[in-house]
Amino acid sequence: MEENTSLSIPTIEELKHEISLILQQTKKDREDLIPILHKITQRFGYISSQALYEISSQTSIPLAEVFSVATFYRMLPTQQRGRHVILFCESLPCHVVGGREVFDALKNELKLEPGQTSKDQKWTLLTTSCLGVCDFGPVISIDGNIHGHLTPETVQDVLNKYE
Amino acid sequence: MKTVRSMVLVSHDQKSKANASQEVIDALQSAIKSLDLSDEVAVASIPEIGNVRNLPLVVILPEATVYAPVKPEDVPHLVEEHLYKGREVAALKVTDNDTLRKIAWLTQRKGTLPAESKIVLRNVGIVDPENIDDFLAYEGGQAFALALEMTPELVVEIIKESGLRGRGGAGFPAGIKWEAVRKAPGTKKYVICNADESEPGTFKDRVILEGDPFTIIEAMLIAAYAVGADEGYIYIRGEYQLALERVEKAIHQAREYGVLGKNIFGSGFDFDIHIHAGAGAYICGEETALLESIEGGRGEPRVKPPYPTTSGLWGKPTLINNVETFANIPPIVLNGAQWFKSFGTPSSPGTKVYTILGNVNNTGLIEVPMGITLREVISIYGKGIKAGQFKFAQTGGSSGSIIPASLQDTPMDFDSYRKVGVALGSGALLICNDTNCIVDSVRVLTRFFQEECCGKCVPCRVGTEQTWKILTNISEGRGKMEDLAHLEWLCKGMEDFSNCGLGQTAGTPIRNMLDHFRAELEAHIKLGVCPTGVCPMG
Repeated sequence: MEENTSLSIPTIEELKHEISLILQQTKKDREDLIPILHKITQRFGYISSQALYEISSQTSIPLAEVFSVATFYRMLPTQQRGRHVILFCESLPCHVVGGREVFDALKNELKLEPGQTSKDQKWTLLTTSCLGVCDFGPVISIDGNIHGHLTPETVQDVLNKYE
Repeated sequence: MKTVRSMVLVSHDQKSKANASQEVIDALQSAIKSLDLSDEVAVASIPEIGNVRNLPLVVILPEATVYAPVKPEDVPHLVEEHLYKGREVAALKVTDNDTLRKIAWLTQRKGTLPAESKIVLRNVGIVDPENIDDFLAYEGGQAFALALEMTPELVVEIIKESGLRGRGGAGFPAGIKWEAVRKAPGTKKYVICNADESEPGTFKDRVILEGDPFTIIEAMLIAAYAVGADEGYIYIRGEYQLALERVEKAIHQAREYGVLGKNIFGSGFDFDIHIHAGAGAYICGEETALLESIEGGRGEPRVKPPYPTTSGLWGKPTLINNVETFANIPPIVLNGAQWFKSFGTPSSPGTKVYTILGNVNNTGLIEVPMGITLREVISIYGKGIKAGQFKFAQTGGSSGSIIPASLQDTPMDFDSYRKVGVALGSGALLICNDTNCIVDSVRVLTRFFQEECCGKCVPCRVGTEQTWKILTNISEGRGKMEDLAHLEWLCKGMEDFSNCGLGQTAGTPIRNMLDHFRAELEAHIKLGVCPTGVCPMG
């Protein structure tokens, strides 16, 4: 997964151009919609309402459908996020090996509740279902990098690795 | 096959060679010989390790301890301490997560020895997952070549005869599914590998894809030949970056070798595979939701029937199997149905891959014959409960059951479990000790369903929300005795009226709790205490 550090809000012209480049590599069919949305997320960090509009007008898929698909999937965000996105696994395997204490420490350290982005746009804290690396639990993912075997004491060390 | 006590793997790629990996291997062999361990310890080299720092790297199985970088002069001490005295050498041990994650395909077999007889995981950690030549050297592709010599009907017959049951959780006989697709009218058919593994606590499919992607391609080729399909999809969960990369690489190499494409091996049979990366939705593991997702829509399950076997992807007959089910196919074709039936129990032949997690001393992946008991799993593979007493196990992620300690001697196979009213699920074994509160655990499971419900049908959308709220109330000291009847009513409603498996099974953990842990539950309501002290209770 790409780091979101160099992202800035593109102008409408840039957006149009970038999206047309992404669309050139596809058949612009309905079945390409999810791969297209994936690529736009990778490029811009999220799918803005302008981007949704551009996809619709350049592919002939109705805007309502583009919106409905994008908002269905967790990995296709339609809201801007911080430079680093933290996913905390709240499923039972991490929960029984100390996940709850780690989550409290994480919320305390960041002064954020799940779903919130910090004022300096550095962090977004989200909860997620199982990430499939349960034998490393409790687990968080930061920008797609997995940090496992966390304890309330090691949370800060992990956060310090990110600028 | 000779059984050894320990297996030492040494990275031996270009970068390792530049850092004296040959000398490390030589030093290992002479140190092992001088301590007279030659019959107990085997040494093997790993020809390709990927982009890992600190090479050469030494992995010792079954503990799956990773040492790096190892210099030839470190070896005598390492062998004496680890292999002779049984103590890890902390100074050389790799602890950084980045490296451990990259070589997880090697270390996931923790607790098992490569010399054990394996079916699904036979190549994981042994065959280089990024090199088709290595795969071919380990009998790879032979099952497909053999299948091409048979008629498609015979291949279907072998799978039917083997009694293989789907490993995604439901346990539907694979051969019957294959036959249905084979017999479905139409010339355009699809084969899909369901790798949208998202059950909490399950990661077997990830390990198979990361460790042995070529076997899945081979199995899909056999399936396509048998059912008459010419196009396939692998739907991989979006979070599984490494699996996505490995499968992409494997497909690319298979195309270069002409194993995928037009007129494969001059047989007139065409087949190619596309990858579809999931975008983060548990429900897409449900087969019809997965089809919707490939078609570019919201992953909402369809109404069944019609089943995908007659009307699947774009309305065409479609075979959908789980990764682990596919991994069983080449060995069955190669060795025959009778051989496969010699493993496991008569109604559930073969092996099952489990992920052992939770409060045990040894966590990780194991492959054992069907019919082993929970007690055996905990004591032999989990090396015992970490602290306290075994209280319950949770199987198969969230759609599995809660198995109370009283059922730990029931054989783990589809039918034995069904008889006692629990489910085997997808292969997670989350072992919980007596520090865990049943109400808290079931609340977390229910929260998962509430979060992952797609919202299409009412019983599931409302039921998961309501059950979660009631359980939260009980755990915060606001429970009433009427809530229990209400929970039962909601679970029944979800089971009877939900459209897909998610809603139909979302009430299972709650029902298991009502059946087996009534006293602990009522203590929360009547006495206002959480016996384990986990719940906040107001």
